[in-house]
Amino acid sequence: MILPRPIRTTSFPQRTESDVTSVSLAAQQLSVTYTLAGNRPLPALGPTTFAIPAGQFVCLVGPSGCGKSTLVRALAGLEQPTSGTALVADRPVVEPPAQVGIMFQDANLMPWRTVLDNMALPLELTGVARDEREQAVFDLLPQLGLSEFAHAYPGDLSGGMAQRVALGRVLVRRPGALLLDEPFGALDALTREQIGLDLLAFWRQEGQTILMVTHDIHEAVLLADRVLVMSRRPGRLLADIPVTLDRPRAISDTYHEAFGQIAAEVRTAIERA
Amino acid sequence: MKGRRDYVRLSGRLFVPLLLPAILLIVWQIVVSLGVYPEFIIPSPLAVFEKFVEVLGNGRLLTNTWATLSQTLVGLVIGVLGGVVLGYAIAKNRLLDDVLSPLVITLQSTPVVAYAPLLVIWFGSGPTSKIVTSALIVFFPMLMNTVVGLNSVPASLRDLMRSLRATPWQMFTHLEVPAAMPLLLGGLKVSATLAVIGSVVGEFVSARAGLGWLINDARYNFDTPLVLVAVFMLAVIARTLYALVGLLERRMLAWRR
Ligand SMILES: Nc1ncnc2c1ncn2[C@@H]1O[C@H](COP(=O)(O)OP(=O)(O)OP(=O)(O)O)[C@@H](O)[C@H]1O
Ligand SMILES: [Mg+2]
Repeated sequence: MILPRPIRTTSFPQRTESDVTSVSLAAQQLSVTYTLAGNRPLPALGPTTFAIPAGQFVCLVGPSGCGKSTLVRALAGLEQPTSGTALVADRPVVEPPAQVGIMFQDANLMPWRTVLDNMALPLELTGVARDEREQAVFDLLPQLGLSEFAHAYPGDLSGGMAQRVALGRVLVRRPGALLLDEPFGALDALTREQIGLDLLAFWRQEGQTILMVTHDIHEAVLLADRVLVMSRRPGRLLADIPVTLDRPRAISDTYHEAFGQIAAEVRTAIERA
Repeated sequence: MKGRRDYVRLSGRLFVPLLLPAILLIVWQIVVSLGVYPEFIIPSPLAVFEKFVEVLGNGRLLTNTWATLSQTLVGLVIGVLGGVVLGYAIAKNRLLDDVLSPLVITLQSTPVVAYAPLLVIWFGSGPTSKIVTSALIVFFPMLMNTVVGLNSVPASLRDLMRSLRATPWQMFTHLEVPAAMPLLLGGLKVSATLAVIGSVVGEFVSARAGLGWLINDARYNFDTPLVLVAVFMLAVIARTLYALVGLLERRMLAWRR
């Protein structure tokens, strides 16, 4: 049932103060070609060009295997471009940039570390003292709904909780940009929606730049400022659709007419892919 | 009520493993009592126990046990370190893998007993040849488990560490070592018992001390009870080492439960 609700006219102050310096993300004629067995080339991505200003929340959608993960990995410095450039804070990426945090489709936790130690890992690697890094984790746990699980091992967590730990691990370093590769893809719809809203809350606090890959049009429109649509492999940019919905957003927004229109626009673009 | 059940369960867990040895002991005594075999083939449990007390008293048992145990431990440490270091090198270096793997696999398939005499010729009949035999027999499974362990480190976790700008040393200490730990400890468990075998094989070939040597010596003198005492001591050594690694495993792999 579509609930009638007043259209918001006031735009909310976007975010509270934060000491995170968000950074821009961009690609210039970026392309990646993998080399398969027998030296056969497999063009996976591009050439693709786009720019995401600092602080923007962008979702990336496209057909399976079109090179979305490849694009994210190139921006994270995990994959070398075959040609063109990936840019973070206007500088070409040659190795994983310190200001960027990446989150994968799998929680990718270390099974031998507790939730606490998994989340503290990024700080541990940069030499932050134990007290300080544990404090940073304990500050995050309540918002992630993980307060009682600090000392649990990943083997004892549900998929949704494991993914929350992974989210905490990427947030604890307070990076200026987040690259999220289908972070909630493996979760059920309800859990996914909830974590998505939690992510929005973190974003409002910190104001990082976010590039998030998703298969879910609904999720993309609910969360993003902009939705990028990619073509079939080798992926190129097909459409760049602004999401002109007010913030903060809530699930109830999805019943709104404007929401449906934008979602339809994204769907049409994907179908042309 | 619950306390009593727990008590019964605990005592059950302690006594059940002792049941089978007790039965064997009784069967053994019955066979001896029937007098089917002469004493020097199957001595009575009591004769063996008396021998045990005797050699324990005159120090023969402990001297030889210590000889075997010390060789075993030194060989174990050398073999484990060598296997892990070379295994790491092979897992990290393609060229080294191509050059060394065929040789390593060939050497591993060769029975130790076959080349143990060579080791005695080269390293003499003192402890050194036993240490070398132990180290060699331990070296191969340790090397294999290290290679397999390192190759089992998930690529996704390597990517994570790279994205966190981990140094090569952090990659080693924070990812490779803990990820390979289950296989390393598995290798160590096998190695602990193999190291004992290595020592004894060396002692069988030629030695001046040790439980293997004691077995040979007792055999020549038709002192079957002493053979059994020495075998029993070897079993105790091997079982204790195995249990110690098991304990280590329980502590270090608590997360696997
Ligand atoms: N390391 C690799 N070596 C060779 N080919 C690869 C490699 N990684 C990805 N590919 C190929 O590149 C293409 C793009 O892969 P990518 O993972 O970027 O797609 P994707 O858009 O993320 O797909 P999905 O939506 O299924 O996650 C695919 O055809 C894939 O098989
Ligand atoms: Mg992907």
